[in-house]
Amino acid sequence: MAASRRDFIKLAGFSVAGLCFGGPTGCATTAPVNGQGTAGKRWALVVDLRTPCPEGCTACMKSCNLAHNIPQWDDIKHEIKWIWKEPWEHVFPEQVHSYSTAALRELPVPVLCNHCDNPPCVRACPTKATFKTASGIVAMDQHRCIGCRYCLAACPYGARSFNWLDPRERLEEQGAALSRDFPTRTKGVVEKCNFCSERINDDASALPYCVEACREACSRHGREPVLHFGDLHDPSSPLLALLRESGANTIRRKPEIGTRPHVFYLV
Amino acid sequence: MFYDAGKIFTGLAIFLVGATFPFWYAMAAGKTAYKPEPVFPTSTSQCVESTEQMIAGHMEILDDWRNEVVRRSDREPIEINGTAYPKSLSRGCGNCHADQTQFCDRCHEYAGVSPYCWECHVEGD
Repeated sequence: MAASRRDFIKLAGFSVAGLCFGGPTGCATTAPVNGQGTAGKRWALVVDLRTPCPEGCTACMKSCNLAHNIPQWDDIKHEIKWIWKEPWEHVFPEQVHSYSTAALRELPVPVLCNHCDNPPCVRACPTKATFKTASGIVAMDQHRCIGCRYCLAACPYGARSFNWLDPRERLEEQGAALSRDFPTRTKGVVEKCNFCSERINDDASALPYCVEACREACSRHGREPVLHFGDLHDPSSPLLALLRESGANTIRRKPEIGTRPHVFYLV
Repeated sequence: MFYDAGKIFTGLAIFLVGATFPFWYAMAAGKTAYKPEPVFPTSTSQCVESTEQMIAGHMEILDDWRNEVVRRSDREPIEINGTAYPKSLSRGCGNCHADQTQFCDRCHEYAGVSPYCWECHVEGD
């Protein structure tokens, strides 16, 4: 039977009316956006500076460099940095004034990618080589990086490095034992801290290499670790307790620019 | 018979010798057509798919793994007959096919393809 114009208009009317009565509730899906194991998580890092790092300690940097096949260059223009130390006055220039002591100005502060909630690097990337995972990590897909370095220009924290020279050659030249668990990079791509996403996703109890190394180094010095890592979306997470209940002031780098960093500093 | 027959047939002869030169050359050098012979692991005969499917589609499988692991953070290993295979070129494939030059390169060289996997990924020990 061919539908008459009258039938069609009636049906259309009922359909529209149906939409008003909770029709599309099924559209609100709860499926995780990006795979399993990470959904609902929000990884973050806390740097507890209430007691500064043990003098000259480089445990975090060393273990990161080793695990991620990061070459060491003599020329600072070629440097590849995932986690490193920077004097307080460079990390928090707005916290320094004419009466700040030299000790505070020069205090070495661990810095790394802030894994922002609103990352300018992700917005700048023309190929989506850098992107945000469901668990808040600002990740990189080296297969897609074209080396345009827009992200380097966009990052307000200088947390990205460009491979001007072949990193694999340098590693081999230095006789470094390559880790099979993590690829090296090629000349012409950008890289940065990945919050050890290759590691923490496998096992919720696993920590990033820097945090693990910090724990070990600090326990050797008989003190509390500087670096803490955890899931801010977990109400029972010790990290959340540290942020909320330690009584210390928690600050972030350049909060005024609205990137919402997820590396917090306890001071 | 033909106008300028001498020139035409000399030209044709030169062309034929030139066009078939690779065949003569290969024969003379004792290097004729060959079949690639990748060295298969002796420890196991099981892979994530059948041999035929792996030959035809390993590149798609690797692409899928790459997208799942890198972009979707889904690192759940592939489980086949109780063996878990990590979705990783070094740790998944490389565990059995330890020597890239003995396995991957054999066919890739034959087919004239040069994937750049090992410029970054570290091959097996």
